[in-house]
This record gives sequence, structure tokens and C-alpha cells, in this order.
Amino acid sequence: MLGNIVIVLFDGFAFGMLLFVLSVGLSVTLGLMNFINLAHGAFGMLGGYVTVTVMRHLGFPFLLALPMAFIAAAMVSVVFERTLFRRLYRAGELNQVLFTIGLVFVAAAVATYLFGTAQQPIILPSWLRGSIEIAGMRFGVYRIFLIAISLAIVALLVFGIERTRLGAQIRAAVDNQRVAQGLGLDVERVFAITFALGSGLAGLGGALAIEIVGLDPAFGFHFLVYVLIVVSVGGLGSITGSFVGAALLGIGDVAGKYFVPEIGSFLIYVLLVAILLIRPTGLFGRR
Amino acid sequence: MTNLSPAATTSPHDWMKRQSRWSPVEILFWLATLLPFFLFPTYLTLASQIAIAALFAISVDLILGYAGIVTLGHAMFFGLGAYTAALLSLRMGWGEPITALIMAGAVAGAVGFVTSFLIVRVQHLALIMVTLGLGLLTYELANSLTWLTGGTDGLRLPRTWPVLNYFRFDLWGYTAYGFSLAVLFVAFLVSRRIVNSSFGLSLRGIRENVKRMPAIGSEYRWHLQKIYTISAVLAGMAGGLLTQTTSTVALDVLSFQRSADVVVMLILGGTGRLYGAILGALIYFIARDQLAGVNPQYWYFGIGLLLMVVVLFMPKGILGGLASLMGRKA
Amino acid sequence: MASDSSVLSTRDVRNSFGSLQVARDVTIDLPRGARHALIGPNGAGKTTLINLITGQLKPDAGQITLDGEDITRIGTAGRVRRGLTRTFQINTLFPALTPIEAVTLAISEREGFAGQFWRGLASQREAIDEAHDILQRLGLGEAATRETRTLSYGQQRLLEIALALATKPKVLLLDEPAAGVPKDESAMLFGVVAALPEDISVLFIEHDMNIVFSFATRIIVLVAGGVLLEATPDVVRTDPRVREVYLGNAHHG
Repeated sequence: MLGNIVIVLFDGFAFGMLLFVLSVGLSVTLGLMNFINLAHGAFGMLGGYVTVTVMRHLGFPFLLALPMAFIAAAMVSVVFERTLFRRLYRAGELNQVLFTIGLVFVAAAVATYLFGTAQQPIILPSWLRGSIEIAGMRFGVYRIFLIAISLAIVALLVFGIERTRLGAQIRAAVDNQRVAQGLGLDVERVFAITFALGSGLAGLGGALAIEIVGLDPAFGFHFLVYVLIVVSVGGLGSITGSFVGAALLGIGDVAGKYFVPEIGSFLIYVLLVAILLIRPTGLFGRR
Repeated sequence: MTNLSPAATTSPHDWMKRQSRWSPVEILFWLATLLPFFLFPTYLTLASQIAIAALFAISVDLILGYAGIVTLGHAMFFGLGAYTAALLSLRMGWGEPITALIMAGAVAGAVGFVTSFLIVRVQHLALIMVTLGLGLLTYELANSLTWLTGGTDGLRLPRTWPVLNYFRFDLWGYTAYGFSLAVLFVAFLVSRRIVNSSFGLSLRGIRENVKRMPAIGSEYRWHLQKIYTISAVLAGMAGGLLTQTTSTVALDVLSFQRSADVVVMLILGGTGRLYGAILGALIYFIARDQLAGVNPQYWYFGIGLLLMVVVLFMPKGILGGLASLMGRKA
Repeated sequence: MASDSSVLSTRDVRNSFGSLQVARDVTIDLPRGARHALIGPNGAGKTTLINLITGQLKPDAGQITLDGEDITRIGTAGRVRRGLTRTFQINTLFPALTPIEAVTLAISEREGFAGQFWRGLASQREAIDEAHDILQRLGLGEAATRETRTLSYGQQRLLEIALALATKPKVLLLDEPAAGVPKDESAMLFGVVAALPEDISVLFIEHDMNIVFSFATRIIVLVAGGVLLEATPDVVRTDPRVREVYLGNAHHG
């Protein structure tokens, strides 16, 4: 029984880390520019399909495909941000929600057209397959890899935010955009870079997700709700918040489906509503 | 005062009256809703679906277009109404349409009133997420209570009793459309009254600048709770109508898809106008009928593209775009 | 300064944002018919004090009394209904509503029929008449049926005041009413302020010293969240501490 709990926690935490990588970009850009980008998940899908394509048609190894997913998603997101999204920054929440949902629809249709509706499998390198045994319990190697990569990303992000000049600029712009602009900060540039980084991470998340949850054109929709929960519960503009929110959701989701499959999802949504009523800006949100 | 041009001599009273006057186009429109009986009798079932969707869309327009509450979970009330009507028929053997419809609205309204206390405590993203969460948890709950709701299989019901003991629900949909249209029209009249009253003005005030409301002495949260409850009643009635006209009910009446679809309809048609809700429902169903029939992917692509175009170039929806074109006050 | 003749008074109101104290034991009294000005350098906490008085901000300590009633625990809307109204430094209007609608809305909230949904708005004739009247007195009669966002900035500032007047206030707090308004229009604006009924008590924040010395009967000087001085214009004008705060240098003439 204890073994089951440990495995469930482990699997849940790994899933949570995946959610973190998928969501952290949205949390920061929401906190930065208040732009509700529901197409964030579509960038994840893009990363996934890029990975599948370069591995299958260009023969790239998995580890090389990952940064490609990141770069592809980052570049495409910049194009969208510069041409389309920036026109909607003052358009109000509803319009942003609907525009980006429209984008997800279009992305899903395009993906179906190019790749069909079937799940896209990939073949992991042999050293990422299988499981290791520790203290009589079997832990999946890939999940360990996921956790390791995610923690590395957390460390990089925290270091980047706290120690680099760009990080300081991001923090300033998140804190008080008008004042930051008044002090000469090129807020537009900061946002474009942050948006690219965040979407790139989503792409990376999509690539990492293939092995855990699969990849099909509905990816953008499936993960929409998860990502939104992480971001709103964790708190906008907070890396710590995304981390905690993602971990909680990941563990809660896996544990719920394992221990109380009938009402697992129900409990998650009840918790979501309860947390938001008590702390509307999220666990680590400001204001 | 110096010479005033004719335009400036409109007294405020006249101006106010003009805002709520019935225009000839409106009257024509409602007359045109009778056309399907004569011109498209094979499409009456589709027409009643559109009428039901329009009613649902109006219920959302009241809170979204007029009060500014963005909701992604209103199917909750639609579904509650649908299941209420279904259970009344199946478990209590009560198939009288008008009273069942009132019950459906009442149940949805009661839940709406309770949840309205939660709704007014949050704004922005938290509000969207709370509505989303409430909708999703209702779906999950219904999914689990299979003994009550029939789970994923849904429920099959005996045919609804004749309306006013006379109009039988026939296979061609004459009664279905007639009944749905009648309910839509009555609900529209009620909504129109609300929107053109001082209450409607306070709702617009909340939408335009909620910060200013307390500063003019408004306990605006009560206003919000009131309209949210009314909206829930109407949504519940729409759901009940669906059950009554199709004699079935399934979980999709509570789905996120349905909540999202109705918001899409509103954006297409234009929020804050009531007629935008009806137009949006019309466009959505016709587009879906045409595009999805060919290929479901075309539907997703088409509706996605349409959404993006409307938001970018016609943020007031198609109705708003038309109004601007004709030079009327948007 | 007998406190029983004052309509609005604050006692030792204190507020901090973290370690920054924005209000230090602020104690002021506003008598009936007052025409008091609140001045001070930028960042002194003037708007914050208004926010505290109107209930938009909760004080950490202290008491606020209106007409003898302790309103410290009452919310903003409640204070407005008891006669305490403010205008905003930055226009806080209803962009898509017309002035006649906005002012009628304020009146309907005041009279308590804002929640009525069965009677048409057009049938509230008295409210519309009163709204039109207020707008005409402020020179907005012709713009009354245009959307607020189409009005000029000066007209919008006047609408700010119109909305406040529609609540029939006993105490009116004006936060820089002429801010950003061109000189010729601000004269009209302050003409309106000067013509306000005598029994209304007015406290206004203002930076333009000419206006302050023309209209104010008493001046409160706020510095770093605390009241430095509260006296007649002549006393304030010649007080060395005030000159130091504004000119930054007490040693040069």
C-alpha cells in the first residue's frame, strides 16, 4: 500500500512537472501583459509535431529534437505576437479568449490535415526506456528524466529571473508596467522575448508530453483546462506559483484517478473553485 | 440660447424613448421567424434547435454582453434545466410542457442564485476559471450519478404531452418549432424589458466601469446576483426545451463544449444587443450544417478563422459591424 | 475648531503599504459649507487620504465620522448614500454611456430604483429631468446624448463632477478637478465649484496655487502622509515650513 502511494506520488509529480513546463510560460506572460493566450497549448502541440517530424523524417535523436521543438515554437509565437496578438492587448478578456480559441481551432484543423487524427508515437532512445528498481518499487526512467529536466528548467528560470538583466526587466514590467516604461524600459521588447521563451517552453512541454499522454490534433484543447488551472491556482506571473500549482494538480489528478476514479476530477474542480474563492489571485499571486 | 440646429433640440426624454422603441426591422424579423413553417417545413427540427440555442445565447448575453461577466460554464444551467425536465417526465411521469419548463427554469435559477454569491467575489481570470470550474464539476457530478442521469448513455423519455392539451409533438417538428419559438419570443420580450429598464442601465454601468459604481452609491453586487439568477432561469428553460423537443437528454447538455459554443455564437452575432445572440445562433448552426456536413475539419478551420476575423475586424460582432455600416449608433 | 460643528472628521487615521506609511495620524475636521483645499507635494498621500475617507482603502487605525455617525466600517457605496461623494483624478466614467444615461444612473441609485427591471427607463421622467438639469448647469446640455468617449477632456472632467452632484452629497471631495484641463476651461470648471450650494462642504485637492488661494477658505498641507499645517490661506502662504516643502530651500529668500 505504501509502495502504491509512493508510486502514485512519483507519477503524479512527474505529470505535474510536465504541466509546469507547459504552463509556466503562460503564467509569466499573463502576469506580464494580461494577455489571455489560450493558444498556448497549441504551441505545445506544435512542439510535439515538430519533434515527431524531425525524428521520423530527419532521423534526429530525441535529445536533439527537444531543443528544436523549443525553437520552433518560440519562433512561430514571435510571428503571431508581432502580427496578431499585439492588436488585442487592450481588447478585453473575452475577445482575447475567443481569438486565441479560434487559433486553437485552426491549429487543430491544420494538424489534422497534415498528420491525421491518429496518435503520433515516437521511439525513445533505449536509455530512456524501462524502469529502475529502488527499494522494491519500480520507477519509470522517462519520468525520472522528466523530473530532472523540469527541475533544471526551474533552476534556470529562477536564476534567470533573479540574476540576469532581462530577468530584472521582466520583474519590473510585471510589477508595474507603466512605471517601468516611464523609466525607459522597452516593455514591448521585454514582452516579445518573454512570450517567445514561454511559448518555446510550451513547445518543449509538448515534445516531452508525447511519451506520457500522446499527441494528436486535440492536444491544444485537452491541455487547455489543465494549463488554466495551474496558472490561475498558482498565481499569475509567478514561477513558484506555477511550480506548486502544477505539482498539486499533477499529483491530485493521478492520485484522484487511482484512488477515487469516480469522483477524482470532480474533487479537483471543487478544489479549484474553493482556492480561487479564498485567494482569487492564486496561491502565489500578487495584489 | 442661440439658434439650435434640429438635431440638438431632441429632448432627452425623446432620446431615451427612441432607445427602446420597436423598429420596423425588428417587427419584420419576428414575422420572418414564422417563415420556416411555410418555406422550409423539412427544416423545422433544425429551426427549433436554433430557437433553443438563441434562447440560451440570450441568457448568456444578459450577463456577458450587458453586465460584463465572462462565463465559460453556463451550460451548467442549461443542463440542469434539461435534466429537470427529463426527470420530471421519466421519474414522476409529468410531461406537461409548460409547467415542466417553469420547473426547469426554477431549478436552474435556484442553483444560479446560490452560485451567484461565489461569482460576485471574483473578477477577471479568477471569474472565468470559477465559471469554468463550476461547469466542469457539474458535468463530472452528473457523470458519476449514473443512476440518476443515465451517465454517458443518457436518458430516453416518453413523448412530451401536447402543448396546451392541443398541440401534439409531431415527428415533423411543427409543435417543436412552434413551442420553442413561442418560448423564445416571450423570453425575448422579458429580456428586452429588463435591458431597457433602470436595472439594465445599471448593468451597463457595471460593464462600462465597475469601479465607478460604488462611487455613485451602487451596491452593484446585488445587481449582478440578480441578473445572474435571471440568466440561469432562462438558460434552464432553454435546456428544458431541448429535452422536451427531442425526448432525450445526455451529458453533453452540461459539457464545456456547449458553454464554449454559446459564447462563440455571441461573439459572432455581437454582444449586448439581444439580437446578436439570435443572429449568432443562426450563423453558427447554418455554418455548422454546411461545413461539418462536408468535412468536420472544415468546420473547425472555418469557425476558428471566422472567430479570429470577427474579433480582429468586427469586435462588436457581425451585427455591430452591420450597424456601423448603416451609420446607426453601435 | 469645535468638532461638533463639523460634517466630516477623521481622527488619527493611519495607513501603511508594507513599510511605507502613507497616512500618519491624520486628523482633520470639515465644517458645514467648507471650502477647504488639500495641498502637498507629489507623493504626499493626498489621493490616498481621499481613498481612505471614501472607503476605497481601509485604514490600519483611526476613525472617520460623517455627520456624527461613525462610518469607518461602512463601504464606499454606503458612504455615498450617506452623502459623502468624491470625484476621481483620472476620469472614471462610463465610456459607452451618454452623459444623460450616466447621470440618470447615479440618480436611480440614489433614489433606489436602479434595481427595477419592469419599468422602462424612459418612464423615469423625474430622474431624467433632474439629470438634464444637472448637465445643463455644467454646460453639458448639448452633449448630453453623445457617448461619453466622444466628449472632450474638459467636458469629461465636468461630467465627473456631474456624476458626483447627482448623488446629492453633503460632503464633496474633489481630486484635482481641473487636472489636465486647459486654462480657459478650468476657469469655467471652478466657476461651477464656486457656485455649489453653500451647505455642501467641499474639500478639493489642487496643485495650481492661484486656484487654491482664490477658492479656499482654509488650506490643509499634507506632507509624507501627515498634516503639516491647517490654517487660513494667508498663514499658509507665509509659513516657512510650507515654502521649504515646496521650494526645497528655506535659506534662500
